[in-house]
Amino acid sequence: MNLSRKDMLGIVDLPREEIDLILDTAESFKEISTRTIKKVPTLRGKTVITLFFEASTRTRTSFEIAAKRLSADTINISASTSSVVKGETLIDTAKNLESMNPDIIIIRHSAAGAAHILAGLLEQSIINAGDGAHEHPTQALLDMLTIREKKGTMEGLKIAIVGDIAHSRVARSNIYGLTKMGANVAVCGPAMMIPRDMDQMGVSVYYNMEDAIKDADVVMMLRMQLERQEKNLFPSLREYANHFSLNRDNIKLAKNDVIVMHPGPVNRGVEISPEIADGPSSVILEQVTNGVAVRMALLYLLSGGRK
Amino acid sequence: MKKKKVVMDAEGIERSLTRIAYEILERNKGTDNLIIIGIRKGGISLAERLREKISAIEGTEIMSGTLDITLYRDDVLTTGKRPEIEKTYIPFPLDHKRVVIVDDVLFTGRTIRAAMDALMDFGRPELIQLAVLIDRGHRELPIRADFIGETLPSSLWENISVNLTDNRDADEVVIEEG
Amino acid sequence: MRLLLKGGRVIDPSQNIDTVTDILIEDGKISRIEKGISLPEADSGGDLKIFDLKDKIVTPGLIDMHTHLREPGFEYKETVRTGSEAAVAGGFTSIACMANTDPVNDNRSVTEFIHKQARLAAMANVYPIAAISKGQDGKVLTEFGDLKNAGAVAFSDDGNPVTDSGLMRHALEYAYSFNMPVISHCEDTGLSSGGLMHEGFVSTQLGLPGIPGISEDIMVIRDIRLAGFTKTRVHIAHVSTAGSVQAVREAKSAGINVTAETAPHYFTLTDEALRGFSTNFKMYPPLRGADDVEAIKEGLRDGTIDAIASDHAPHSSVEKDVEFEYAANGITGLETSLPLCLKLVDDGILTINQLVEKMSVNPADILKIPKGSLKTGSDADITVVDMNKIWTVDTDTFRSKGRNCPFNGWKLKGKAVMTIVGGDVKYADSGFQI
Repeated sequence: MNLSRKDMLGIVDLPREEIDLILDTAESFKEISTRTIKKVPTLRGKTVITLFFEASTRTRTSFEIAAKRLSADTINISASTSSVVKGETLIDTAKNLESMNPDIIIIRHSAAGAAHILAGLLEQSIINAGDGAHEHPTQALLDMLTIREKKGTMEGLKIAIVGDIAHSRVARSNIYGLTKMGANVAVCGPAMMIPRDMDQMGVSVYYNMEDAIKDADVVMMLRMQLERQEKNLFPSLREYANHFSLNRDNIKLAKNDVIVMHPGPVNRGVEISPEIADGPSSVILEQVTNGVAVRMALLYLLSGGRK
Repeated sequence: MKKKKVVMDAEGIERSLTRIAYEILERNKGTDNLIIIGIRKGGISLAERLREKISAIEGTEIMSGTLDITLYRDDVLTTGKRPEIEKTYIPFPLDHKRVVIVDDVLFTGRTIRAAMDALMDFGRPELIQLAVLIDRGHRELPIRADFIGETLPSSLWENISVNLTDNRDADEVVIEEG
Repeated sequence: MRLLLKGGRVIDPSQNIDTVTDILIEDGKISRIEKGISLPEADSGGDLKIFDLKDKIVTPGLIDMHTHLREPGFEYKETVRTGSEAAVAGGFTSIACMANTDPVNDNRSVTEFIHKQARLAAMANVYPIAAISKGQDGKVLTEFGDLKNAGAVAFSDDGNPVTDSGLMRHALEYAYSFNMPVISHCEDTGLSSGGLMHEGFVSTQLGLPGIPGISEDIMVIRDIRLAGFTKTRVHIAHVSTAGSVQAVREAKSAGINVTAETAPHYFTLTDEALRGFSTNFKMYPPLRGADDVEAIKEGLRDGTIDAIASDHAPHSSVEKDVEFEYAANGITGLETSLPLCLKLVDDGILTINQLVEKMSVNPADILKIPKGSLKTGSDADITVVDMNKIWTVDTDTFRSKGRNCPFNGWKLKGKAVMTIVGGDVKYADSGFQI
C-alpha cells in the first residue's frame, strides 16, 4: 500500500487507513534504531533537505537522524524569517533548492500554509514539520504511535489536550488524527486560548483542568509559549500554573493507568510539575524515540518510485 | 484457467527438510554457534521447521530469527508500490556465529544478496550458508545455495509457489504458467 | 463625432426608463432618447457611427466609488492610466480612488496630480477621495475646503480606521459643511490587530489568527451614532458582516443619514475559500462566513446597502507571492465586478434596474457627482452590457497591473461590451466595428 499523496502537509486530509499504514511501518522501523549498526541502505543516494525558519533542535535532529538511518544525505538549512521577509522570498528559496535536485524537503515555518506553498510549487515531496499554528503532522503521528503502543488502540480512549489550543499546531494535528482514530478528545485551557467554534472539530471543550482530565486515559500537556503573556492571554505564569498545570493532585482524577504526554520542550513547573514529567506515567521520552521511527516511515513511504 | 502442476507434496517437502537438517548438522559439525534465520515471508515457516528438526535431532535448542530484507532491496524505490515493512527479529549479535539463512525459492539471487547485506549490519558472522527448498535457476548474481531441497529447472514465465499449511498435510510446491 | 445607439434595452432608473429605444450622442452629450431615431442620409455625413445594440442593456455609465489606483507612490502596482483602462474594460465610466497613496492624498497637490494623470490617460472619469487625516494617521484633519476646491469628492482614511472618535466626529461635522461625504473604513483594531482572516471555524482549523465580525460591527455602530448625534451623514465602506448590515438597516429606519457599500467578493465568497492558503483570497475586511454572505445579499435586496464598489486593490507578486501571513490585503476587482454583480440579477436578488441603481445612480448621489443618468444634456457616459455573454476570467488579459484576482479561471456570465465616456467609445468588445 502507498500513501495517496506526494506531500505530508497535515493530518486533516489523511485517511484513517493511511495513518494505520504509517504507524505500522513506523513500528517495524523502530527495531533499526536498536541495532549496533543503526542504518539501512534504503534511501542511498537520496537527498533530504531540512529547511527550518524557526529554531527547533529536537524536531530537526529527529528528522535528520531518521533520514541518516535510511542512508539519505541530509542538508540542514536554518533561515530566519526576518531576513526572508525583506530579501529572498520563500518562493525564491524553494526554487533555488529545487534546482539542486533534492528528493524530499522538510520545512518548518512560523507562517501557516508555508509548506503548502512549497508543495504547490515543487515536484519534490514536502514534509510539513510545523507551519504556524496550523499543523505539525509528524508530531501527531508519533503521539498516535505512542498511544497505540501503550493502550493498544485509540478507539474509545478519553484523551485530554491541555494548554494554549489556539496557538498550537500540535493540538490541531492531534485533534484531526485522534478523532479519526475513534478517540474522545477533550481540549482544555483558559477561554482566550480556546479558538472559536472549537466544538465543531469534534472535541469537547473544558475551561477547567479537573473536568478535562477526569477519567482520562491520556493527558497531553502543551508547551506554554511564555511570550503569550505579552498579548494578555494569561496574567502571569504563577496564575497559569496554579490553574492549568498537571500536578500530583489533579492527576489522581485521571485513570490509574493514565499516560502523560508532552511534545517538548517542557516548561517544568509551568504546564507540568517536575514529578509528573519524570514520573511513572510519563511517556515523554518514548515520544521522542517514536518520533524517529515515524519520520523514518514517512521518508520511506514518500520516497521515489512515483509514477 | 492456468495450468497448475504439483511438483512436490507434503511428504516430499518433509523428506527434503529432514535431509537438509542433517546436512546442516553435518556441514557445521553440530549446533555450536548455529543460528537459523528465515527470510520474510516465504522462509519464515521453513526456518522454523528446520529449527525444530535440528533441535530434535541434537536434543538442544538453537537460536533463530527472522529478517525482512525489503529495506535492502535494490528495487525498493523503483517499484511503483512501496512494499510493506515487517518486523525483523534478530535480538542477538551475529559475531562469530554460523548463520544459515532460509528461503523458499532461490531465483535471481537478489533477495539473498540483500539478506547478506542486512546480516552484516548485525555483526560479523563466522560464515553464512543458504538453505532453500527449491532452486529454480535463472541467477542474476553469483550466488548459490549450500542446501537445496530440489533443483527445479523452470522457464521465466512460470511461477513457483511453496504453500505451507499449519497442520502440514496439505503442503505443496506448485508450478504454474504465469 | 456623433454616436447613434440603436435598439438596446435602455435602463435609466434616474428617469424611470426601461424600454427598447435609441440614443443619439452629440458633442459628448446625450442629445436624444427616442424610439426609431433615423437621421437623413445628408445629415449623417461622415461623423456618425451607428451601433446596433439589439439584445444589449444600455445603462448610465457605471461608477465604482471605491478603488485604489496606487499612484502616486506604487506605480508598479497600478497607475491612474492602467487603473482607468481596467475601469472602462470592466464597464465603469467613473471611478473614485482612495487616498492611501505615497504621498497620501491629503493635500491639494496630490489631488491635482491625480486629476492631471486622469486627463492624460483620458479613459474613465477619475474622482480622487482625499484623506480625513494628514498622513492618514488619525491625528489632524486635512484641509477639506482646499481639497474640495482641488477636485476631491469625499474624505476617507480607507486602509486605516479613524480610531479617535473625537476626530471622527469633527470630520463628519466639517465635511458636512462642505456637503461632502465621509467614507468610513470601520475596524476596531483592538479586536482585529494581528488577524489574518475571518474569525470562525475555518480560522480555527487553519490556525490563522482571526478578525472577528464584531470588530467591524462596533465601528459601524460608533459611526452611525456619531452621524446621528451630529446630524450629519456617513458612508460605510466595504460592509462585510451581518452585524453591520443590521446596524445600517436600523439606523436608516431611525432616520439617520447613513449609506453603505459592499464589494462583490463579500456576496460571492466565504472564508471557506481560504483553505488553500491562497493569498488572492486575503483582503480587508476578510471574507466572512456563510451567514454574513446571506445577510449582505439581504441588505442589497432590501435597500440597506446602497452601492456596490469593487474595492479594487491591485498588488504585485512582491506583495502576494509570499507566505499568507506576510501577504498584502486586497484583490484586483475592476474587471470582474460587473459580472459578479449580474449574478445577483440571475439569482433573483436584485432586478437589473436595482443593480444599475447600486452601480451608477446611488454612487453618483452619494458622491454628489453629476453622473448616473441618461438625461438629455448630460455627459454621454454609457455602459453597454451583454447579459448572456459567457467568458472565462484570465488575469493575463487584464488591463490592470494587478493579477491578484481570486476569480482567475472562473467562468462568468455577462460582461460590459462597450463603455462610452463623454461620447467617446473607450472600450468595445471585438464584436463592434469602431
